[in-house]
Amino acid sequence: MNEGTAPRGVVDRLLGLNAWVVYIFFYAPILLLIVFSFNDNNNVGIWTQPSLRWYGEMFQDERVMGALRNSLVVAFFSTIISTVLGTMLAIALERYRFRGRGALDGIAYLPIIIPDVTMAVMLLVFFFQAFGLLGDLFGIQLRTGLLTISLAHIAFSISFVAVVVRARLSQLDSSLEEAAADLYANRWQAFRKVTLPLIAPGVAGGALLALTLSLDDVVVTQFVSGAGSTTLPVYVFGLVRRGVTPLINAVSTVMLVASMVLVGISLGFQRGAEARGQRLADPEALLEEITAD
Amino acid sequence: MAAPTVTEPESAAIVTPELERAAERAEARRGFLISLPSFVYLILLFVVPLVLVFIYSFATRDATGQTVLEGWNLDSYRRLFSTDVLEIFLRSIVLAVLTTLICLVICYPFAFYIATRGPRARNILLVLVMIPFWSNFLVRTYAWRVLLGSEGPLSQLSELLGGEPFRLLFTNAAVLIGLVYGFMPFMVLPLYAALERMDWRLVEAARDLYADGWTAFRKVTLPLSMPGVVAGSILVFIPSLGAYVTPALLGGARTVLMGDYIVSQFLAARNWPFGSALSFGVMFVMLLATIFYFRVGARTL
Repeated sequence: MNEGTAPRGVVDRLLGLNAWVVYIFFYAPILLLIVFSFNDNNNVGIWTQPSLRWYGEMFQDERVMGALRNSLVVAFFSTIISTVLGTMLAIALERYRFRGRGALDGIAYLPIIIPDVTMAVMLLVFFFQAFGLLGDLFGIQLRTGLLTISLAHIAFSISFVAVVVRARLSQLDSSLEEAAADLYANRWQAFRKVTLPLIAPGVAGGALLALTLSLDDVVVTQFVSGAGSTTLPVYVFGLVRRGVTPLINAVSTVMLVASMVLVGISLGFQRGAEARGQRLADPEALLEEITAD
Repeated sequence: MAAPTVTEPESAAIVTPELERAAERAEARRGFLISLPSFVYLILLFVVPLVLVFIYSFATRDATGQTVLEGWNLDSYRRLFSTDVLEIFLRSIVLAVLTTLICLVICYPFAFYIATRGPRARNILLVLVMIPFWSNFLVRTYAWRVLLGSEGPLSQLSELLGGEPFRLLFTNAAVLIGLVYGFMPFMVLPLYAALERMDWRLVEAARDLYADGWTAFRKVTLPLSMPGVVAGSILVFIPSLGAYVTPALLGGARTVLMGDYIVSQFLAARNWPFGSALSFGVMFVMLLATIFYFRVGARTL
C-alpha cells in the first residue's frame, strides 16, 4: 500500500479514536469478568478483596469437573476425525475432478451457513429417528450421550476444516507436487513430503477451529446430550440461566484463557509452518526433503 | 494433490490417448474415493437430518404430543402466519437488521483504520480482533449479563453518579448489545480483507483527477470494498436472526426471538412439527436476505 495515500489529519484522528473505542468495547467486558472472578464475595457485584476462592471451589465441584472431562473427550475425538475428514474433502474438491463433485461442493458449505439452532433441531430429529429404527430392527436401545455429541460436532466441523484447508490449497502452486513426482516420488511420498507440509498451516488452522467450535458449542450439544453427559458450556449455560454466581465467573475465565491460548498456538503455528513452506519452495530443499529417506 | 499422469519413467515412452483416458479415469476414481468418507458422513448426518425435519414439518401430533408421521398437513406452516408468530419473526428481523447496521457503521471505519496502517501495526491490530473472535461466545455473552445486571458495575456507576440503577438487562436493548458484541468480529474480518486487497493507486488516481477525499471514497473505495460489506453483512445477519444463546441470557420473557422460540418448541412445548416448520421459515428468511444482499452488492459494483 502506498503510504502517501493514507488519509491524514482530522479523519485519521477520528478513525484512530473509533478504533480505540472498538477495542475497549471488545475487551472491557472480558477483562471485567476476569477481574471479578478473583473477587472474594458471594455477591458478584460487590468487591471485597482478591482471592482464589472460587477457583478452589471450581476444582472441587464434581459437576464442573465432570462436564469439563466430557468437553475434553468430545473435543479430542471430534477434532481428530473432523480434521482428517475435512482435509480429505478439501483435497478431493480442490485437486480432483469426479462425478458428484458439484453436489458435494454445495453440501460441503451448507453446515457453515445453516444456523446452529436449525442444525441442533436436525440432529435431534435424526438421532430420535435413527435410534427408533435401530431399536425396531435390532432391538438395540441407544441413548444420547458423548457419542452423539461427538458425531454432531464432527458434522458441523468437517465443513469449517475443509474451507480453511481448501483456502490454503488453492494458494499453492501444484507444480511443486508435480516437481516431486518428476523427482520419482510416489503419490504417498509426494503427499507426505510436499503437499502435507505445505498445507500444514491450513490443516492446523482447521483443527484449531474445529477444537474451538467443539469446546464452545452450546446449542447443538444441548439438543443431543443425554442425562449425565453435559459438556462444560452446556452446564455453564444452565447455571447462568438461573443466575449469575462468582463460581461461573471463575469457570468462564478458565474457558476464556483456554481459547486465548488456542489463538496463540494457532498464530505461532502458522508462522512456523509458513517458514517451512517457504523453504520447500526452493527446488534443492525439495529434492533433499524427498530423498531424505 | 495434483498427481501426475505419468509416475513410472519407462511408461513415459509412448503416451497414447487410451492411456491418457485411463489415467484420467483413475484420477477421477481416486478423487471420488478421497471424498467418499466425508461425503457419506455429510449425507448421513446433514442431508438426511435436513430432509427429516422437512418431513416432520408436515406431520401431526397424537393426543400425548408425540409426533406421528402420518396425516400430512400444512397446519404448522399455516401457524407461521398467526399474529404472535409473525410478531416474533418481525422482532427477530428488526433486531438482526439493527445489529447488522450498527456493526457495519462501527466496523467500516475500524477496518479502514487497520487496513491503512503499516504492516507491523496492522498485524498486531488484527490479532487483537482475532482474540475476541476466537473466544468463547457463551462467556462473552455472559460477561454482558454481569455488566448489565442490577448489581453490576454499570448499575453501580450510575447510582454513584446519582442516577437510577440500571434496568437494561432482559430488554431488547440488552439483546441488541449482546448481538452486536457477539457478531462484530464477523463484520471486521471480511471488511478488512476487502480493504486490504484494494489497489490504493485507484484512490490516488481519483485524487489526481481532482476528486475530493469524500468523492474519492464514495466513488472508488466504497464500491471496491463492497464484497466485504456484503460478506460481513451476511455473516452478521444470519447468526443474529437465528441467535439463541444471546436472547436466552440477556433477553426477558417478552423478548422471545426466533432462535429461542424454535428451541422451546422442541425442548419445552414438544411440538416438533411446528418447530420444524419454524426452522424452515427462518431458513427461508435467511435465503431471502442473502439474495437481497447480493443484489444490492451487485448493483453498487
